[in-house]
Amino acid sequence: MKYSVFSLLREAFRGHAGWTPAWRKAEPKSEYDVVIVGGGGHGLATAYYLAKVHGITNVAVLEKGYIGSGNAGRNTTIIRSNYLLPGNEPFYEWSMKLWEGLEQDFNYNAMVSQRGVLNLYHSDQQRDAFARRGNAMRLHDVDAELLDRDAVRAMVPFLDYDNARFPIHGGLLQRRGGTARHDAVVWGYARGADLRGVDIIENCEVTGFDIAGGRVTGLDTTRGSIKAKKIGLAVAGNTSRVASLAGLRLPIESHVLQAFVSEGIKPAIDCVVTFGAGHFYISQSDKGGLVFGGDIDGYNSYAWRGNLPTVADVMEEGMAIWPGLGRIRMLRQWGGLMDMSMDGSPIIDRTPVAGLYLNCGWCYGGFKATPASGWCFAHLIARDEPYEVAAALRLDRYATGALIDERGAGAQPNLH
Amino acid sequence: MNAPHRLAQGGLIDRARPLSFVFDGQAYAGCAGDTLASALMANGVKLVGRSFKYHRPRGILTAGSDEPNALVELRTGPRREPNTRVTTVELYDGLVAASQNRWPSLAFDIGAVNDWLSRFLVAGFYYKTFMCPAKFWEMLYEPLIRRAAGLGRAAGAGDPDHYEKAFAHCDVLVIGGGPAGLMAALAAGRAGARVILADEDFRLGGRLLAERYEIDGKPGTEWVAEIEAELASLPDVRIMPRTTVTSVFDHGQYGAVERVNDHLPVPPEHEPRQRGWKIVAKRAVLAAGALERSIAFGNNDRPGVMLAGAVRAYANRYAAAPGRRVAVFTNNDDGWRTAADAHAAGIEVAAVIDSRAEPPAQFAALGIEVLTGAQVSHVHGGQGVRGIDVVDARGRLTKIDCDVLAVSGGWNPAVHLTCHLGGKPVWSDNLAAFTPGATPPGMHVAGAANGALTLAECLHAGVAAGAMAAVECGFPIASFMMPSAEDEASGVTALWHVEESRAKAFVDFQNDVTVEDIALANREGFSSVEHLKRYTTLGMATDQGKAANVTGLAILADVSGRAIAEVGTTTYRPPYVPVSFGAMTGHHRSRDFRPVRLAPSHQWAEEQGAVFVEAGAWLRAQYYPRDGEKDWLETVNREVTATRASVGVCDVSTLGKIEIEGADAAIFLDRVYTNTFSSLPVGKSRYGLMLREDGFVMDDGTTSRLAPERFVMTTTTAQAGRVMQHLEFCHQVLWPELDVQMVSVSEQWAQFSIAGPRSRAVLRKLVDERYDLSDKAFPHLAAKEVAVGSVTARLFRLSFSGEMAYELAVPARYGDAAIRAIMAAGEEFSMIPYGTEALGTMRIEKGHVAGNEINGQLTARDLGLGRMMSSRKDYVGRVMAQRPALLEPDRPVLVGFRPADRKARLRAGAHFIPLGATVTAANDEGHMTSVAFSPMLGHWIGLGVLKRGPQRIGERVRAYDPVRNGDVEVEICSPVFFDPEGARLYG
Repeated sequence: MKYSVFSLLREAFRGHAGWTPAWRKAEPKSEYDVVIVGGGGHGLATAYYLAKVHGITNVAVLEKGYIGSGNAGRNTTIIRSNYLLPGNEPFYEWSMKLWEGLEQDFNYNAMVSQRGVLNLYHSDQQRDAFARRGNAMRLHDVDAELLDRDAVRAMVPFLDYDNARFPIHGGLLQRRGGTARHDAVVWGYARGADLRGVDIIENCEVTGFDIAGGRVTGLDTTRGSIKAKKIGLAVAGNTSRVASLAGLRLPIESHVLQAFVSEGIKPAIDCVVTFGAGHFYISQSDKGGLVFGGDIDGYNSYAWRGNLPTVADVMEEGMAIWPGLGRIRMLRQWGGLMDMSMDGSPIIDRTPVAGLYLNCGWCYGGFKATPASGWCFAHLIARDEPYEVAAALRLDRYATGALIDERGAGAQPNLH
Repeated sequence: MNAPHRLAQGGLIDRARPLSFVFDGQAYAGCAGDTLASALMANGVKLVGRSFKYHRPRGILTAGSDEPNALVELRTGPRREPNTRVTTVELYDGLVAASQNRWPSLAFDIGAVNDWLSRFLVAGFYYKTFMCPAKFWEMLYEPLIRRAAGLGRAAGAGDPDHYEKAFAHCDVLVIGGGPAGLMAALAAGRAGARVILADEDFRLGGRLLAERYEIDGKPGTEWVAEIEAELASLPDVRIMPRTTVTSVFDHGQYGAVERVNDHLPVPPEHEPRQRGWKIVAKRAVLAAGALERSIAFGNNDRPGVMLAGAVRAYANRYAAAPGRRVAVFTNNDDGWRTAADAHAAGIEVAAVIDSRAEPPAQFAALGIEVLTGAQVSHVHGGQGVRGIDVVDARGRLTKIDCDVLAVSGGWNPAVHLTCHLGGKPVWSDNLAAFTPGATPPGMHVAGAANGALTLAECLHAGVAAGAMAAVECGFPIASFMMPSAEDEASGVTALWHVEESRAKAFVDFQNDVTVEDIALANREGFSSVEHLKRYTTLGMATDQGKAANVTGLAILADVSGRAIAEVGTTTYRPPYVPVSFGAMTGHHRSRDFRPVRLAPSHQWAEEQGAVFVEAGAWLRAQYYPRDGEKDWLETVNREVTATRASVGVCDVSTLGKIEIEGADAAIFLDRVYTNTFSSLPVGKSRYGLMLREDGFVMDDGTTSRLAPERFVMTTTTAQAGRVMQHLEFCHQVLWPELDVQMVSVSEQWAQFSIAGPRSRAVLRKLVDERYDLSDKAFPHLAAKEVAVGSVTARLFRLSFSGEMAYELAVPARYGDAAIRAIMAAGEEFSMIPYGTEALGTMRIEKGHVAGNEINGQLTARDLGLGRMMSSRKDYVGRVMAQRPALLEPDRPVLVGFRPADRKARLRAGAHFIPLGATVTAANDEGHMTSVAFSPMLGHWIGLGVLKRGPQRIGERVRAYDPVRNGDVEVEICSPVFFDPEGARLYG
């Protein structure tokens, strides 16, 4: 059923009895043209675009838990395309363009809200680095504005301009950036893919791959063996573990990133603000909770939980820019697994195993990339060639040196 | 002022200490020992809040931190705390609270129109609409939704109170001061363990405070006082009231928040409002009790519908009558206690409605009307209960008048903390509740938290857990006389939802999630418990689902035809109760957010009126303005000109300094630097370049050989820590066999750059005359220990400015004296101090790279330093630097730039576009890394990286800077703008 105000009204008068499941609880078939491993945003978006753009509908998405149970359902919901490097910027801008039409495209209100992303800078040197990035964005036809202190103050007057350890000098603003409702993105893609015939198979964990003569022919799961002509991995923090089942050792480390939400309060902050003298980002959900996060915990881990010093560190950084947070209470914290790559940028590429495709390395920035990641991964799987804007996101770039290192931190994943 | 609902006697309140308070502008009186909730109740205030979505009138449901309904804005002005549960606020004199999320008033709230529209506003309605036209989301729909959403209002201003962080270690952390926790603390304490007993309440005792239990023949509260007295007498037992253990982390770390002064209007001077604790415990005993749950039936959210245990708490502990005539609706034996206690307190009991056919025998003597096998299907009354409809087993409807309905749907053990490290609770059919599954390492669970719901069980379990924890910490078992307590009935038969309900039956009160919403979510496929939560917002309110979750998933199990165990729970996440930013931040806020590192000459520089700038953690002198100078540029120009004309001094102590010693020190340096250091003679310095393992430039600096096996390395200010880490890694992991030791001495030495043609003359006056400083004896790149007065100093002939220059290092404690001595010695040469701006200008004039160029994205070749990469030895980064993309001829390489129009200003961050080309990313050829106004040349100069830059000297490109409306034509030139021959270094 198409979702609209009319269908909602109609159902309201018959007790909402007519709504049907947003996606079927599909049982695995014995064979698919394409199997996507990972029912997060990226995997579901891939299936959606395979069906919608490429007409490939004999597709299964396998999810070991419930869809959106990983990072897609646990992030700070920020969308933006304010990248510096030519390997990244066109990709993220393509994502932003897809966000801008997403809800009408998949007929689901994902609450894509272009309320602006403001990166604060705190020194002349940082201003120049932000100017460099803003200029790079403008050269890619992406909106960017460099604000001075007064302009920032007019926009977010409640920040600390008078007594801060690291004074606010200004900010880089992308007005088209903002937030989206993360779960709704998952459900919208799932529903859209399901409507086009994709099987979404939950509670189905991959336990092995069938590889013959260097080509993948299928996989084993907790719900039986499935044959597949092509298999795409989109499993974020589990990438290294799942890929190892196919004998792949990847330039990926899994790290813990915590995120936080406060109790709901009346509208207090309208845009996304990030702190430049540390690592902190905050916005407010439509429901009223402040959604915020900071750095990864810094050590490799597959545990979905963080540690106390990082919690304190993140909340200190919040207070550092916004002293009025003192009496606001943090309601819930959670830790996710980040597939940190060696240069801080993602990988969408083929693998040494024919028919096996890889989508990983999202570090802690995967949410904003969801539409473009799905689009480009679907293109790669369908056509066996990269989509133009993702052409630089190659697996072999660590060997060739064609790195995409936005922060210049080097091959140390916990610094990205 | 009289409190109409205050019981004439009893309670743990101090009637001799009346307290006045204000709620929604109306003054009331309470007593010491009250919570805001009990004081409101004693005053007959039933309507306290409004719900989130439908703005339904709400009263007090609970007597603890699980309260979903009764939230207020507590205090005013910058101390305003939104969403504060009245049930956890200790009453103090002068307390001011206001209801929230209502307009214009609590009693008449326009937002309640949503309740009439509720058939449209079902779970997830917003995912299905507000999509057209797309622009309207940001312009119209979302602003309206945001304005309607949210609960209380944040203070908006900086928090005037202060907070502390504190740390504690113990053998046994006991979480919860009820009967089980008290026994656990006592058992462990008597055994000699270091015990911390943390309890959320301001008074120890837990449920014993709310019940009329007897232990050892004494009233429960009297028994608690005796135990507390003994605990207080044990030297290694620390009792922490008002302290909630909120979170469990790996390795026995527990987060806790102590509400030190929330019970006072304003914290006393020098005392924090709250204290965020990190407690490290070898063992923990979780004795957090259990949380009562409601039952979903029509209008079960009306003010006056309360949890049965809460009714007892108000009557017994606070002597506050929730109403005049109470009905009890229960599915378990415990609910009956409410009838008995209300009866005992003189509150009329209208009826007990027990959904079970066989009620417990021991309450039969009360003479109360009992309806068995019956259920409450509807509550009458809008802003307060007026009566209830009861459906009996045969479907007959009875209406009962009452103003309070006490509901008990059973008890949920407070398993939360057992789940923070991934434990999954286990369903118990017997208890109709989830009990702890796998617990965190070192944690024992005792009492009601473990599903032991009777007092006798709690006492026994507490002793056992406390003793076991102590034994595991190496203490003996202490002898123990087990206290005796009555054996209560605790039978329960699950009942989640009354089918016959006509009106909305709420599960999550605050977020207005109804039974219908759960059924709808299931119908739409959101049948995973996590999907249910996310789709309906069940359990996402400020009570974190304490009041709602188990009931919600039980109803989901019911509508989806699964067993509750199969449905499972959502993940219990930290913190157990919401934690303020303040408590987690402590004193690390405002200017104290991070420590400030000050250079040794800081005080002197302050006296000179220097302007300071943040450089990482450092505060450095940026420039030294003089009277009459109109702006920073004029000052910096003067500093540069004076230095180049005569002599200037700059504090460079912030540079990283690392002493490296050992037989293999030279080999070690050869491996970490691209160039060779083993050939460096004693008494000489050399510029060194260091790569990361991945072949990009990590840092540069000079290293001097003070003795055959002793070097001192300098790093850039920014990379001092990372280089030290890198060296330690190289030594400990890569080459442990090398005989080399290193230590950071960055803070041990004050170091001053003395630059300019008269620098030697200044030093001559400072350094003991037995040292020959002539160009021959102490040439460029010489390094030597010298005597300055009675102080042993280090003198290096190094230049960043391009002038003849020295760096003089003295032990840091002499830094202040040194700068004063240097300036005194330089007075006759018109010596000036210069700051980081002039330092930067002079290095740009000389084309030296710094942090803007060594940005982690550029290689040695990119920086024009490829010749420093030795081909005769191996070093870190050598192999990776040969990767093909790093050898691309098209890579941007460092060159200099000057504006074609010499009056034009340059800005770092501009991108280079060929003249006549369109401004697109495809034509982006590099960027400007650093700029300065050169007073020596009289125009702006810049360094930058440009594709094939060195081959394009003389060519012009655009420096395009759209974010600052800049677009300057620049000429490509050598990066060395001033004294290209380097003649000024010598002399």
